[in-house]
Amino acid sequence: MKQKHLYILALCLTITGIGCFFYKVHTLRLPLQPNVQTMLWTLEADVNFEAKKGPIKAELFIPKNNPNIVITNESFISREFGLNTDTGGGNRKAVWSKRKGKGKFHLYYRAVIRLTGNERPLEIPADRHEKAELVKPSFIGTQLEASMEMIAEMFDKSADLESFVLTLLRRLNRPSSMTSVQFLMDRMKTPLEKADLVVQLLALADIPARAVHGVRLTQDQQWVKPNLVHWVEVFENGKWYSFDPESGEKGISSDYLVWWRGGMPLVTLKGGDNLKVDVSLARNQEDTLFVISDQDPAGMPFLQRFSLFSLPLRTQSVYRILLLVPIGALLVVLLRNVIGLRTLGTFMPVLIALSMRETRLVAGIFLFIVLVGLGLVVRRYLEQLKLLVVPRLAAVLTVVILMMASFSIVTHLLGLEQGLSVALFPMVILTMAIERMSILWEETGPTDALKQGAGTLIAASIIYLVMSAPILAHLVFVFPELNLVLLAAILLLGRYSGYRISELIRFKVFNIKDNHE
Amino acid sequence: MNNPATQFRRLGILGLNQRNAEYTLTYNKRKLYPLVDDKLKTKALALAAGLSVPELYGVIRSEYQIRHKLYDVLGAHPDAVIKPSKGSGGNGILVLAGRFRDRYRTVGGAILESEEVGYHVSNVLSGMYSLGGQPDNAMIEYRVQFDPIFERISYMGVPDIRIIVFQGYPVMSMVRLPTRDSNGRANLHQGAIGAGIDIATGETGSAVWKNMIVDEHPDTYESVRGLTIPHWDQLLKLASGCFELTGLGYMGVDIVLDKIRGPLILELNARPGLSIQIANQKGLLPRLEWIEQHADLVRSVDERVAFSKEAFRKGGSCNPGS
Repeated sequence: MKQKHLYILALCLTITGIGCFFYKVHTLRLPLQPNVQTMLWTLEADVNFEAKKGPIKAELFIPKNNPNIVITNESFISREFGLNTDTGGGNRKAVWSKRKGKGKFHLYYRAVIRLTGNERPLEIPADRHEKAELVKPSFIGTQLEASMEMIAEMFDKSADLESFVLTLLRRLNRPSSMTSVQFLMDRMKTPLEKADLVVQLLALADIPARAVHGVRLTQDQQWVKPNLVHWVEVFENGKWYSFDPESGEKGISSDYLVWWRGGMPLVTLKGGDNLKVDVSLARNQEDTLFVISDQDPAGMPFLQRFSLFSLPLRTQSVYRILLLVPIGALLVVLLRNVIGLRTLGTFMPVLIALSMRETRLVAGIFLFIVLVGLGLVVRRYLEQLKLLVVPRLAAVLTVVILMMASFSIVTHLLGLEQGLSVALFPMVILTMAIERMSILWEETGPTDALKQGAGTLIAASIIYLVMSAPILAHLVFVFPELNLVLLAAILLLGRYSGYRISELIRFKVFNIKDNHE
Repeated sequence: MNNPATQFRRLGILGLNQRNAEYTLTYNKRKLYPLVDDKLKTKALALAAGLSVPELYGVIRSEYQIRHKLYDVLGAHPDAVIKPSKGSGGNGILVLAGRFRDRYRTVGGAILESEEVGYHVSNVLSGMYSLGGQPDNAMIEYRVQFDPIFERISYMGVPDIRIIVFQGYPVMSMVRLPTRDSNGRANLHQGAIGAGIDIATGETGSAVWKNMIVDEHPDTYESVRGLTIPHWDQLLKLASGCFELTGLGYMGVDIVLDKIRGPLILELNARPGLSIQIANQKGLLPRLEWIEQHADLVRSVDERVAFSKEAFRKGGSCNPGS
């Protein structure tokens, strides 16, 4: 009954721990390795214009979060202007306004964008409120006739919407093949115009479509001035399908960043002229953890908000160390209950291992031996003075600290830095170890005392080596729920009733005897 | 060479983890531990139940009493043992064998100033030798004059007899003989000899010294085999009766044989060690499981002792490996 209870508890802990872990890895995309870098793009739009006198209003389309991108940071520089952002009509807009002003003005927008790494969907479901409207075609005269003729022909030569759009694009890209296209040539001099033309042609055929504008994310670390790219989304059965008029294919390249949709230009300005917009783009890298933790907490899933990253940095660094302690505790359980190593004090090896993080392994072992050795000598000497136990312990503690201080000074004067970091050595516990070792020495002889001292050092070294693996430190801090799995392992070991490795040696007479028979 | 773990499993060797998980944690209620961890409490209980223990000459409870009571008690009984009442593993025991002027002689022959005895008691009071380092009391009690049967097979200290009692049934026993190597202590890992005792007959069998199987004492060359422990039935009943005394289901009872007063309970142990298996060359598990399956809890001490003697005798109902 107890056994079953324990197994169920351990199973629940493991499932919870592993479940949270997988959620964080797969959905929140927290990195499994330390120092994973994330690619970020910084997009800048620089708007310059000259204002006459009256009220000024400038509207700039700005990118918004979608399944492919997350805007991790955004800034607007617009002195003297009132600013608000507007998310109407499926686009996001920065609206700068000013009652009056004269002269040159300079508005500036900057966004840091992270690719989520999600597959770009082939179709985009339309919003519930979104109405797929037909644009009003602006064809007149021969252009209108040529367009109508071309559409009628395309309609005959295609089976469905997709093949219709693809045939149309192919036709537009090879203008010489058909005379009717010649009439439309001067309406597709730039990619922007071409995208607009396609939308209008589709409108003539009663097919709702819209132009999409964006930039291509470069792999260039330098600042570049990218050309805007334009493509078309066609509506059918509640979904939008992307087509690239330039390549004449369905779907768009995965490095296209959606900026805004529709027939409007990037910036609309009222009350000014000589409008000039500069777009620039650069790629840079940042530590993934920093990027994730730097996001606006409001939109985060609960588990991401409920994380150690929400703590102040100082507290975080404490937990980076504290969360390693359960690993050390599990190792102590293994070393003591499964292997049967004897140590001075149950968790002293963990404390020594923690202090070894500062001193490094060899210096840590050396320090332990020197401090305990000197402590034993002092303890031996004080024994002669017949002191009461607590004052004697206090005296040993004081001497240990003084020894450490002089040790630090000496090593510093010699130019060795390790000596300085002994401060974390658990002195009080060290004093208890000295006391226990010295009683053991008197009561049962030096062998036992040295064995336990050595056992403590071996355990501390093993724990230190395991705890100093960067991957473990990273995992327990980013995924503290993994400690639940450790807890489950510790609980299960609590009912381990098999032999300890040391007992195989202790009872070896039975083995020898039996083999002789 | 076969896997030692499977080998031990087959022989029924009890390991420390299993002892803790399945025996001490299961059969010994935590609240009963103080009864055996504090030897003063054990002694009071035993006296109330009419079981024999070494006579208590006095208890020193404070530094004040070191100055004002200790030397009076020792003056009346210079032949005495001073021990911490919550001591463990035989630590902190000072055995005095008499007085010379105002000095004391230990059994080892060393002469101690009276301040040195006082300092030892002071260390005892501050908990230096006690479980968990908690403040303690020092007991001064009768020094056992061991039975002449052990004269030739012990060096310095007092041999004691350890009986494992499971739910009131004696299951395994050994006698621990101090050697020069163990400094007169009766702990096996400190170099004492352990000789298994047949529960049915009280006769010593195989002996182990430092993980070697030996037949004679390393200091006296006398054989330790084939010795019959006097008053064996009385010893078994004394041990068995400790179950009613404390309620502990799994314990070790340490008994000494005094040449005048017979068997005396020295102390009880709620977490008895496993070396007894080495001394007996037998695993504890088959016997413990036999008791779990076949014995009932309502029998009297005499019935339990008879049951154990029958079950664990050579060729008895539970005696594998012989």
